[in-house]
This record gives sequence, C-alpha cells and structure tokens, in this order.
Amino acid sequence: MVRPRASLAVVRPSWRTRRAWLFLLPTLLVVAAVAGWPLARTLSFAFTDAQLDQLDAAGWVGLRNFAYLLGDPDWWGAVRNTVVFTLCSVFLELTIGLGIALLLNARFHGRAVLRAVVLVPWAIPTVVSAQIWAWMFHDFYGVFNDLLLSLGLIDTPVAWLADPATSMAAVIVTDVWKTTPFITLLLLAGLQTIPRELYQAAKIDGAGPFMAFFRITLPLLKPAIGIALVFRTLDALRIFDLIYVMTSNSRATATISVYARQQLIDFQEVGFGSAASFLVFVIVGLFSVLCVAGLRVGREDVR
Amino acid sequence: MTRLRPATVLLYVLGALVLVYTLFPFYWAVVSSLKPGASLFRIDYWPSGLDFENYRAVFATQPFGRNMLNSVIVAASTVAASLGLSVFAAYALGRIQFRGRSVLLYTILGTSMFPQVAVLSGLFELISALGLYNNWFGLTFAYMIFTLPFTVWVLTTFMRALPREIEDAALIDGAGPLVLVCRILLPLLAPALVTTGLLAFIAAWNEFLFALTFTLTNQARTVPVAIALISGTSQYELPWGQIMAASVIVTVPLIVLALVFQRRIVSGLTAGALSD
Repeated sequence: MVRPRASLAVVRPSWRTRRAWLFLLPTLLVVAAVAGWPLARTLSFAFTDAQLDQLDAAGWVGLRNFAYLLGDPDWWGAVRNTVVFTLCSVFLELTIGLGIALLLNARFHGRAVLRAVVLVPWAIPTVVSAQIWAWMFHDFYGVFNDLLLSLGLIDTPVAWLADPATSMAAVIVTDVWKTTPFITLLLLAGLQTIPRELYQAAKIDGAGPFMAFFRITLPLLKPAIGIALVFRTLDALRIFDLIYVMTSNSRATATISVYARQQLIDFQEVGFGSAASFLVFVIVGLFSVLCVAGLRVGREDVR
Repeated sequence: MTRLRPATVLLYVLGALVLVYTLFPFYWAVVSSLKPGASLFRIDYWPSGLDFENYRAVFATQPFGRNMLNSVIVAASTVAASLGLSVFAAYALGRIQFRGRSVLLYTILGTSMFPQVAVLSGLFELISALGLYNNWFGLTFAYMIFTLPFTVWVLTTFMRALPREIEDAALIDGAGPLVLVCRILLPLLAPALVTTGLLAFIAAWNEFLFALTFTLTNQARTVPVAIALISGTSQYELPWGQIMAASVIVTVPLIVLALVFQRRIVSGLTAGALSD
C-alpha cells in the first residue's frame, strides 16, 4: 500500500507534536544541563557546609547558612550597594539615553555619523571599559584629576577608586557610559515609530515643544521606556564584572554578586556562598516576575 | 549665506558634546597606549608620537596571542553550537502548533534572566566532573546559558514571520522535516542568523565571570580575564601602557564589526528586546 506523502492536512497532531519535541530535545537537554541542574545543585549546596576543594565531603547544616547570611552586615552592605548602584545607574542611563535619542531623532548634518559613533561604548567589552575608566580615574596619573585640578575644582588629587566615599560614584559613571547606547538604540527605535504628523497637528493647535514632549513623545514612548528599564535593571541587579575589575572586592562597592563569588571562590565556602548565590537568584527572579506582570498590565492599558 | 537659527546651533553643540563624551575614553586609551615608559605619566591631551613599545610588550611579556586565540575559539564554537541547536528549536517553537509550546518558550527565555553567580557552584562542580575545567570546552558549554535563550528567542520570532506557503509547498513536494529546515528555511533565515550570531559572538567574547572562575592558568584565560589580571614586574605597579594597548587591540575589531553591521545590530538588539 502506498501511503500518501505527508502534507499539512494529512500530518496528524500527534505526529507534529512528536516532531516538535524531537527538534526541541537537544536544546532542552542543554538548557537543563547548563541552567537547571547547576541551579538545583546551588540550592542543595546552600544547606551544607561544602568547601571548594572537597565538595563531596559536605555535611547537612539545615538553614544555618541562611541564618548567618541574614546576620552578616557585609551581606546587607552588598544589598545596599546593589540597590544604590541599580537605582542611580539605571536612572542616569535612562535620562541621558533619552536625551541622546531625542537628539539623534532630530534632523541635522552628520546625524548618520553620530548614530554610528554612539555604538562605540556598546562595542567595547565591559572589562576593557572598566580598565580604561580606572586609568582615567587614576589618583596620580589620571586625566580626571588633571582636568579638575587645572580647572581649580579640586585642590588635591582624589583617589576616586580607592576612597570609599567616591568609588561607588566612579563605578556608576563608568556603567552609565558603557550601557547608555543600548537605551539610546531602544528609545530611538521607539521614537521613529511616532508619526511626524502628530507633531505638526500639535503645532497647528498651538502646542510648544515642551507640551509636545510631555503630551505626545513621552506617552507614546512609554512601552519602549518600560522595556529598556526592565532589561537594564535586571542587568544592574546582577552586575559583577565592572565592579570586580574596578574596585576588586572592596566593601564600598561590592554588590550581591561580588559578595557571593567572594564567599564561593576566594573563601572557598561553597555552602555559605551558595546560600548567598541563591538569594541573588531569588531577588532577581522576584524582580523579573514583577516586571513581566507590570509590562502586561501596561500593555492592557494601551489596548 | 543663510543665518543659523539658535535651535540649529544648539543641535550642533549638543551633537559635539555627545561626540566627545562617547569617544573620549577610547581616544584616551589609544593615546596612552602609544606613550612609552615614563611619558605615560605625563598628561598630554594630544598624541606626542607613535611608539608601539606597549603593543610589542603585550605579546612579548604576556601570552596575549594565546589569550586572543582562546577567545576566538570559545566565542566561535559557542555561536556555532547555539545556532545549530536553536535553528531546530526555533522551527518547533515557531512553526509547529503543539501543547505546551509557549510554556517551553518562556522557560527557555526565563533562563536568560538567571544571574550567572546563581549557577556558579553547580556549574563548577559539573565542569570539574566532566574534566572541562581550564579549557575551551568548559567555557563553550557554560556560555550556552546566555547565548542559547537569546538565539532561540530571536530565531523563533523570525521563523514565525516566514510565509506559511513556503512550508506548505515544500511539504506537498515531499520534503521531510530535516530537508525543510536545512534546505528551505535556513537560507531564508540567513540574515537573522548573521545578526543573532554576531550578537552571541560579542556576548561570548566579552564574558568575564565564568572565564575568571573556570580557568586557572594564564595560558587558558580569555581576553577579558587576561586584561583584568595583567600584572607587571612589581605587585604594586600596574603596566597601564600595556593594559591600554591590549584594550585597543581587542576593541578595534569589535568597533569595526559594530560599524559595518550597524543596521543589523540595531535591528537585532531591538528585535530581541521589543518583539515580545
């Protein structure tokens, strides 16, 4: 008997489902191996006293790691640093990114060049930008101290990265420079979807540029701003590389990721460090869930 | 000559400010990298000469050539593996109706929100057990955690956008699923593959935390770790000239890539973020 060749109408649902699972299987296996399993292990380590050099010899300690963690002022310092870093850097990136996006959406000669140039900080690896800015912030030979001294704004060189009073600000400035292009791109894409006729109509109705900005641009840009905000906040909450390269494990800037890695690797306390790592996961996870819910509500508003 | 309006002047002033803000740090790295020895510690805002001593030293005193090779191989194999897996996954998620599809899609996407530090101890144990510690395979494997969700997600949206008729015609002509994906859909996806591949390559090239934790020796390090941990003759004196030279070396190809593929990168980034 000759079976008819499978065409869409003939392919039965179970057949298609099986094929879909078959095609998905390799990806699902890799995701499970690289994300699911290690996360489960991290959680199980969190209830033990495992050490890095003898992971097998771990003994069950119940909730002791979490109890120590919540009693450790350094952990709470890291939480505070993470919150400060996230709030300041995301706010500044959003403000500067919106400003640059508005500029790049205006018509002037050289706009195409400028649109290409703003990509440069995005293309520079984070570690490299951390080193470049660390060099600019250098206390003796840094360009900032030279500039500020010659302008008379400071009398003596400032040890920007070593001084706990200024290191957080220096790290934030660097992060803002590096990640503003991402926001600029997203917001520029959003701006380009706003029809120009709206502005012409507003002008005819006698609205000034400020009115047009607050009544047309901002409301229509809301979805793009929302998405930029979520992406950047998630990244900022997890930040590790920039802070580790610029200030190492300094308590003035250590974020929750830096704290967790120091416990895990430098102090070899895998049990305790895993408890901290898992809390980082919980914090970021809770925030993600809130954001997804928030974006969904925002979308319903638009409809 | 027409008189410039104040608003236009303001635009150009702002444009110049953005230009300086964006480019100055990289300019400063280039200028610093070209200063030999002690002249590095004198601040001149203009390049005083071209001296490639720092560039020579990076390759002579550090295994920097080897570090670059490591980075290229790890990033390239990460991209190859993620694209290879995600083309099939994206076909299933984008073109086949089946129960549990959106749950799977969001589960895969959800892993891209994992903080890397949250899987660090588990991955460390797994990579050591598999004998992948301190080599290319370990890093390639670990990097799938952030490249795979991204490539699956973007390719799925592109798969969805392909016209139904192409698939129908192929199936009626008797093409099997593998032929359909590899011979018919893949060429149509080529632009999307270039964009997602490029973005995944850059993400893998820049990764730091896993590379720092899962390698031990200077020989096995990738470029970001090498640049972060470069040390000089004494413990207290960092060889800033060499650090800047290394920074310029690894950044120039990326800037060129970014400028050449500007449109693609912009559409890839915005597609990844906005096509929700």
